[in-house]
Amino acid sequence: MGRKLLIDKAGVPGIRGYEVYRREGGYASVEKAMKNMTPDQVTDEVKKSGLRGRGGAGFPTGMKWSFLAKPEGVPRYLVCNADESEPGTFKDRYLMEFIPHLLIEGLIVSSYALGSHSTYIYIRGEYAWIPDILEQAISEAKAAGWLGKDILGTGFDLEIYVQRGAGAYICGEETALLESLEGKRGNPRIKPPFPAIKGLWDSPTVVNNVETLAAVVPIINISGEEYAKIGVGKSTGTKLLSACGNINKPGVYEIDMTISVEEFIYSDEYCGGIANGKRLKACIPGGSSVPILPANLLLKTAKGETRMMNYESLSDGGFAKGSMMGSGGFIVLDEDQCVVRHTMTLARFYRHESCGQCSPCREGTGWMEKILKNIENGKGKKSDIDLLWDIQRKIEGNTICPLGDAAAWPVAAAIRHFRDEFEWHVDNPEECLRRNYGLANYADPLVAA
Amino acid sequence: MADAPKLFKVTIDNITIDVEPGTSILQAARKIGGDVAPPAMCYYTKLKGSGGKCRTCLVEVAAGSTADPRPMPKLVASCRTNVMDGMVVKNITSEKVIDARNGIVEFLLINHPLDCPICDQAGECHLQDLSYEHGKESTRYEFPRRTFEKHDLGPYIQLHMTRCILCYRCVFTADQLTEKREHGVLDRGDHSEIATYIQKSLHNDFIGNVIDVCPVGALTDKTFRFKNRVWFLKPVDAHRNCSHPKCNGKVTLWYRGEEVFRVTARKDQWGEVEDWICNECRFEKKKTADWEIEGPTKVSRHSVISQGHYVGVQRPKEVLNEVMGGRAPKLLMDIHSVSEVNNPAIDLSEIEGPAHSTDFKTDNKR
Repeated sequence: MGRKLLIDKAGVPGIRGYEVYRREGGYASVEKAMKNMTPDQVTDEVKKSGLRGRGGAGFPTGMKWSFLAKPEGVPRYLVCNADESEPGTFKDRYLMEFIPHLLIEGLIVSSYALGSHSTYIYIRGEYAWIPDILEQAISEAKAAGWLGKDILGTGFDLEIYVQRGAGAYICGEETALLESLEGKRGNPRIKPPFPAIKGLWDSPTVVNNVETLAAVVPIINISGEEYAKIGVGKSTGTKLLSACGNINKPGVYEIDMTISVEEFIYSDEYCGGIANGKRLKACIPGGSSVPILPANLLLKTAKGETRMMNYESLSDGGFAKGSMMGSGGFIVLDEDQCVVRHTMTLARFYRHESCGQCSPCREGTGWMEKILKNIENGKGKKSDIDLLWDIQRKIEGNTICPLGDAAAWPVAAAIRHFRDEFEWHVDNPEECLRRNYGLANYADPLVAA
Repeated sequence: MADAPKLFKVTIDNITIDVEPGTSILQAARKIGGDVAPPAMCYYTKLKGSGGKCRTCLVEVAAGSTADPRPMPKLVASCRTNVMDGMVVKNITSEKVIDARNGIVEFLLINHPLDCPICDQAGECHLQDLSYEHGKESTRYEFPRRTFEKHDLGPYIQLHMTRCILCYRCVFTADQLTEKREHGVLDRGDHSEIATYIQKSLHNDFIGNVIDVCPVGALTDKTFRFKNRVWFLKPVDAHRNCSHPKCNGKVTLWYRGEEVFRVTARKDQWGEVEDWICNECRFEKKKTADWEIEGPTKVSRHSVISQGHYVGVQRPKEVLNEVMGGRAPKLLMDIHSVSEVNNPAIDLSEIEGPAHSTDFKTDNKR
């Protein structure tokens, strides 16, 4: 049983309310940080912990915090990115819905470290019921003296505001989020300048994921060194994974990054194996934007080592033979799933969610979707597969924000690993309409569940 | 006395130039000029915040600076990236850049209607120039092109949304030149469009400038619409004492014969407006008597606009007979025998005004 730091108390009845949360040891980190530590010491603790951003890119949080410009007389902001819209990812929702005070606590400590007096939670528009939960938690925390003026007599003031988005995936990109928060059209900004220099309202800003900020709480509680001992190498601490797809037990799991992918899929503690006794075909290990991996490359790396659930091991082999930890949206496909249809669905999503600001993404995503639709509907040509490859290659890396890359990678990986299935669709137009599953490299569990 | 600011040495396509700190790569390349300057569809020097969107100006940075000579991992938008001392940039010498640029041009063209034959912008269209240089001869796009519902923007400005490449220049223009912006980008992704929120016309003294900044034929002059082709017109610099406090009345008049067909702002060699002009100068003053003429506008010899101005052009040698070993090519049909219009004896550039069938019928032996 792995160690749980974030959601171990999620099952306690009434943990959503302040009384129970406080009784279970909540807000201890705020007391510890504000009474015994300077803001720089908090940042140092986070640096020591080796915590990496949980939003997808995996950038070290302590380093991000230390980049924050601190000019005199200019306000600084902390923005919590709760615009969790990646298909397959729902870990932040779980945190905010069931233990909202953990996020509030993390925000208070982080704001103290960064010197932010107005902190924002930008929450996805579709999470319509969660702002109420957060507002409730904020008002409870305020009533108990954890927010407002002169917190704990330290002279530190903090207000937390909740802002709902309007349902755009692109507003999860940090600069688009800031634009949206300022009340403008959610177009990503051109970097540089980075938000750490010029972010929200032209002021230095740090944008962090919900889980990242929540993880600050255990880091302060158990100290950065202790936190860094959990996990392997540069993948320290615990990570929330939202598992879905053809598995027996979909849901949010907290892992300590020492288990293998195979254990995660097949053990009863986590996903509980593939549903209906089917076989594993492929998996997207980190949310829809990261490359899909066929079963044989998922369980073992190209070098033949067991693939572990951590940042390094999942990206072992680069994009040709590996994938990414991403945001932790673990999507499992069984033998009956059609990769072409799956890729088309993703392409449709990215076409719909492109902001339309820069040309490769605006035009390319729609083009890819149309071609994939043709292939899926048995109207494709062999040359379409090469054309798709060429289009994704020309989108990737040439856009303002990472949405272009995120749209290109799934298509690239699907063609790279499942080209036979695309070709089968082209060769058997009638059959592919009737029977929507193709060919795949299966891998059976090596360890009996 | 303060020291003169230190100049940054930057090398673009093996040409080294000293520029002031804070210059963008694009501006440095324009200082060198010629082919080294990357094309820019959305960047506009005079509009703050423009650029970075079209991605045609992507360049490769082979070395970031003297202090940190690592190359940049991705291609960067040269219009929005500032130079560093010792930076080495590759534009047309980089295959990666050329490849990416070809891709961008293809993306820009897949939903462009390519209706150049009936487009008023043809001849001075940046997308036309760009696709001529970087485009392919055929398209790989096999789907219906995008269409939009028509929006009426009032008596002066015609919007053709299908031609738009969403460079946002007109939005920045309205933001920075006019008191209140009335149009903007609606919707998202490949169906985003330039429009007013609830259909209304654009009213502002300076709104006519959106026509000049539009790199394609999406925003055109309604008073000039379908009146003439730009290469039949002769541009002449002129000015008047404009009563508008923000307009200095320096314009280009576009003549055909005695008639002023349209008035535009003066543009520099990169196709950018030198001085913004007001709506009155642009739309209302179309008589020669309204203006003080300064003289012909200098037009690049490579522009199609200058084609009407050269008479007695040296023609290339007829080499067909030579390569065919003295034999004349076999013609399926001699078009000159059936059409009077295609008369090789008549030089189109020597005809004053538009060519009519009468020009050909009269035995024109000048």
